[in-house]
Amino acid sequence: MSKKLFISGDEAVAIGTKLSRPNVISAYPITPQTVTVERLSEMVESGELKAEYMHVESEHSAMSAAMGVSAVGARAFTATSSQGLLYMAEGLHYASGGRYPIVMMNANRSLALPWSIYGDQRDSLSLLDSGWIQVYVEDAQEALDMIIQAYKIAENKDVLTPFMVNLDGFVLTHTYELVEIPEQEKVDKFLPPFQTPNKMSFEEPKNMAFSTTPADNLEYKYQQNRAMLNSIDVINDVDKEFGDKFDRYYGGMVQEYRCDDADVVIFTLGSITGTVRMIVDKLRDEGKKVGLLKIRYMRPFPEKEIIKLAGKVKAIGVVEKDISFGYEGTVYTNVNSALSKLDNAPLSLDFLCGMGGRDVSKSDIYNMFISLFKAVNGEKQKRVQFINMGVETDE
Amino acid sequence: MNNTDIKRITPKNITDKEFFYGHKACAGCGGSLAVRLALKVLGERTFAVLPAGCMSAVGFIYPQMAFVNNAIISTFPGAASMASGISVGARALGLKDYKTVVFAGDGGTADIGIQALSGAIDRNEDIIYVCYDNEAYMNTGIQKSGLTPYGTKTTTTPAGKNIHGAQTFKKNLFEIMAAHEIAYAATASVGYPQDYIDKINKAKHTKGTSFIHVYATCPTGWGIPTEIAIQIAKEAVDSGLFYLAEYQNRNFKLNKNPKSFFPVKDYLLKQSRFKHLTDNDIKIIEQQRDEKWEYMRKHWN
Ligand SMILES: Cc1ncc(C[n+]2csc(CCOP(=O)(O)OP(=O)(O)O)c2C)c(N)n1
Ligand code: SF4
Ligand SMILES: [Mg+2]
Repeated sequence: MSKKLFISGDEAVAIGTKLSRPNVISAYPITPQTVTVERLSEMVESGELKAEYMHVESEHSAMSAAMGVSAVGARAFTATSSQGLLYMAEGLHYASGGRYPIVMMNANRSLALPWSIYGDQRDSLSLLDSGWIQVYVEDAQEALDMIIQAYKIAENKDVLTPFMVNLDGFVLTHTYELVEIPEQEKVDKFLPPFQTPNKMSFEEPKNMAFSTTPADNLEYKYQQNRAMLNSIDVINDVDKEFGDKFDRYYGGMVQEYRCDDADVVIFTLGSITGTVRMIVDKLRDEGKKVGLLKIRYMRPFPEKEIIKLAGKVKAIGVVEKDISFGYEGTVYTNVNSALSKLDNAPLSLDFLCGMGGRDVSKSDIYNMFISLFKAVNGEKQKRVQFINMGVETDE
Repeated sequence: MNNTDIKRITPKNITDKEFFYGHKACAGCGGSLAVRLALKVLGERTFAVLPAGCMSAVGFIYPQMAFVNNAIISTFPGAASMASGISVGARALGLKDYKTVVFAGDGGTADIGIQALSGAIDRNEDIIYVCYDNEAYMNTGIQKSGLTPYGTKTTTTPAGKNIHGAQTFKKNLFEIMAAHEIAYAATASVGYPQDYIDKINKAKHTKGTSFIHVYATCPTGWGIPTEIAIQIAKEAVDSGLFYLAEYQNRNFKLNKNPKSFFPVKDYLLKQSRFKHLTDNDIKIIEQQRDEKWEYMRKHWN
């Protein structure tokens, strides 16, 4: 029988990792990821988890070691956040180019300067182009479940692409909820041991991670892109298979909420989804036709799903804890790229919020919907809005 | 294992098998010789890790792969940590009887890779780390590294009227490694191949981390004819500018303690990287050498 535990997001990740039976964990501590690596260390100490724990001296080495582990066909896990994620940036591109299906937890945290240990999504979003699959989870249960799914998707022979599971710093990593723990036996059936042709062995020695001339390089990048696109079907299949086995379906690339006849829809990423869902219910009670689209994957990007939904609505708001300075939020840019493929795209607004851990309240979300309705009714609204600013601006 | 228990590998019994060939290293390249000899000692059950640098650049140009055994390029700073991951990953899978070796340049070791290397030694990873020292960043076009000697002309330490090449001395890499109380560390030179082979062999039979710093001629970067590549690597040792030593069980040992030195000037002025040096520059180099030897003779052995 599966049991339920009252645990934090970090602990849920640790348990999801244990259930996935990695061979080696290489990680370096950083707030708010630390609890995950502490729990994993305890599990290795007690013998509950049969894995090697490498006390690497930096995140760059954490990723470098994880690639070494994967290059001999063993299952690797690492975890980081913020400054640590950027410190391993060289390794992120390297791992995806080498097609090493490493799974990493990233606790989404603000980037210095100014220093801040609190949450936002600028760390992982600034590495969208690193060739990693990126999923953003809404709660601790989804965090646990996605670690298990991550290995299954990343290690699929048509994908062989590393996988980043993102959860909001503190809001998810350090809050407690009741989480159902899948049984090890069932997880073992769902996730068999790692097998890959992409490894060094003494039966079949290989020279790996080589250089190419301009005559060959583009073909590698094409294949890498194909692998990432292949993952879309795998993501959907794995979501279904996981749901059939464990009774929790997440919708694959995106999760729609009350979108069927909606005029106005807000798109979210991560933990803010719960708050938006409550406001959707409230507005629905008031008779307003509103909905929510939780973007689960930023890479591969749910272009098809967004186009399908956008064709039926009048306005879209993107809520994101990110900004690309000198332009707009990166999620918004990506969403608009999808919208540009429609003949009659709905209007869209960008709501930048929650950076450096700034609170986003229910009334903030409510006001976003109001702004969207005003825009639908022809009242001019700012395309890019900073939400909950503490000071007046001259704009 | 006791050092005397190790079966010696000599020119008589060394394998005819080649593990590193078809690469694009320049003629007379000491680095490629260091790699070739080490692999003959270590054998086919070896994972080789090479960070960015000349040996990875000349050995892995798709589709022409130059290693017979398993080999992989790491990031420039990440050789020791990738090798650690390979060693640990293979152990976690239950593999037995294998070696993991790094071949990294002086820059990849003493500069950008020193953090990962220090971490690997701290964890006492079961890896052998070979630093082939050609005394500059050769792959990127002969720039100064932390192991570039005093007075060397490189592309970032030009020799002009005001500054005569590099103004810093070589980092004490061997002693930095020993300061970790590493399982085994040694210096060697491609000019003394038997000594180098013995040391690789000792590293092969050492549990935990071994480090070998091998002096490796670079005709291209040093401005010498290829046919004197080995001679120069010998003279570096004979002149006392490089030394052959070992560290094990908290003990330093000088393997070669010459009564008199080969003239520094004769060693230096054969190489265009040192051609500009004045008598005063050479005096500074000799003085530094003498201080070092005084220290080594007093404290080592
Ligand atoms: C992070 C990073 N910085 C810089 C480089 C550029 N780079 C590649 S090889 C190299 C020099 C290597 O010098 P060394 O380690 O001494 O090896 P050698 O080429 O002399 O054999 C440099 C600077 C790189 N590949 N990665
Ligand atoms: S430049 Fe020097 S180190 Fe590089 S391949 Fe040529 S001889 Fe060897
Ligand atoms: Mg060099």
